Amino acid sequence: MCTTCGCGDEAGTRITDVSEGAQGHSHDHPHGHDHPHDREHAQGHAHANGHSHEPKQTRTVLLEQQVLAKNDGLATHNRAWLAEREVLAVNLMSSPGAGKTTLLERTVRELGRNVPVSVIEGDQETLFDAERIRAAGSRVVQINTGQGCHLDAEMVGNALRTLNPPNASVVFIENVGNLVCPALFDLGEDNKVVIMSVTEGADKPLKYPHMFRAADLVLLNKIDLLPYVDFSMERFLGDVAKVNPKVEVLQLSATKGDGMQAWYDRLTSRVTATPFLP
Amino acid sequence: MHELSVTQSVVDAVIDKMGDAKVTSVLLEIGKLSGIEPDSVRFCFEIVAGGTTLEGAKLEIVELPGEGTCRTCGEMLEFDDRIVLCSCGSADVEVLAGTELRIRSVEVA
Repeated sequence: MCTTCGCGDEAGTRITDVSEGAQGHSHDHPHGHDHPHDREHAQGHAHANGHSHEPKQTRTVLLEQQVLAKNDGLATHNRAWLAEREVLAVNLMSSPGAGKTTLLERTVRELGRNVPVSVIEGDQETLFDAERIRAAGSRVVQINTGQGCHLDAEMVGNALRTLNPPNASVVFIENVGNLVCPALFDLGEDNKVVIMSVTEGADKPLKYPHMFRAADLVLLNKIDLLPYVDFSMERFLGDVAKVNPKVEVLQLSATKGDGMQAWYDRLTSRVTATPFLP
Repeated sequence: MHELSVTQSVVDAVIDKMGDAKVTSVLLEIGKLSGIEPDSVRFCFEIVAGGTTLEGAKLEIVELPGEGTCRTCGEMLEFDDRIVLCSCGSADVEVLAGTELRIRSVEVA
């Protein structure tokens, strides 16, 4: 069974390069969890002092091991890989339908004129989003997680190598639509951005505090619909501040274009703030 | 849902460290702010451990409370969820503990 999502091998993660010339080329990346467990590795027994001899012929071995150590190690590797290439990676997270892909389409069209942009798309199934992003003019690689509910560092590492982004560029990682699980998994990104739309209701920050706590930036999307929905801006901003007092909230409409410049400014300042960029 | 992959990571990490040794019990520390439901982990553990050296092992979970300091008044706080409010009214609390997700120890036969 797969470590990431519990699915069987047949239904495992697929990474598809949806760029021109590479269309439809899909290959399976099994998660690689069937590596042989090398028992000559001595480090597993380094805490010999933790042994305590119990009457029942069992012994306790102190491990003090972080459960997500493997993911975090791979994330660190991704972070170094990106830094070497002077690439800014942004992890976009939201519930399904908040407007991640629409936001990316416009960002690719508008910011893409000034800064090289490419995209990693995460969805359980289909190449729908990757095709939209490609049509907007960006290089894109689709990760299909099968039954998985989030991206992890291993999937993103594989996708980055397939994507092979140019130096001094921005890579957007569109996570699987889900306000719960993606918050937990470090992908090696520079920033986590949470997108929420006014149609979802103002109560989400308190209902999904982990996601909002993890955010470096919150984008409130679909503000053009504010006259038609019952959404208390005051409550929303107050609740975001309760969960994550330092985070900035930008209000925008990815369909109409309102407020998008502030988002581009944040990205551009992040790109130019990185010392390695010209 | 992510508890299944987290539980699989627990089993993988234990097998990595312990090799062929038959594991009879696992002690996990889960912080109350970690975003992990202990009950879901218990539910998944039996399934994930099946067919491995952890099959039939007992899973013991210690839940650790959230702890932090208020950045406004300096008060030390203990709390059980992500929505923290200091008695001074500030929500600006630095979390110092409660996000743990750690395998403390295992017992082997």
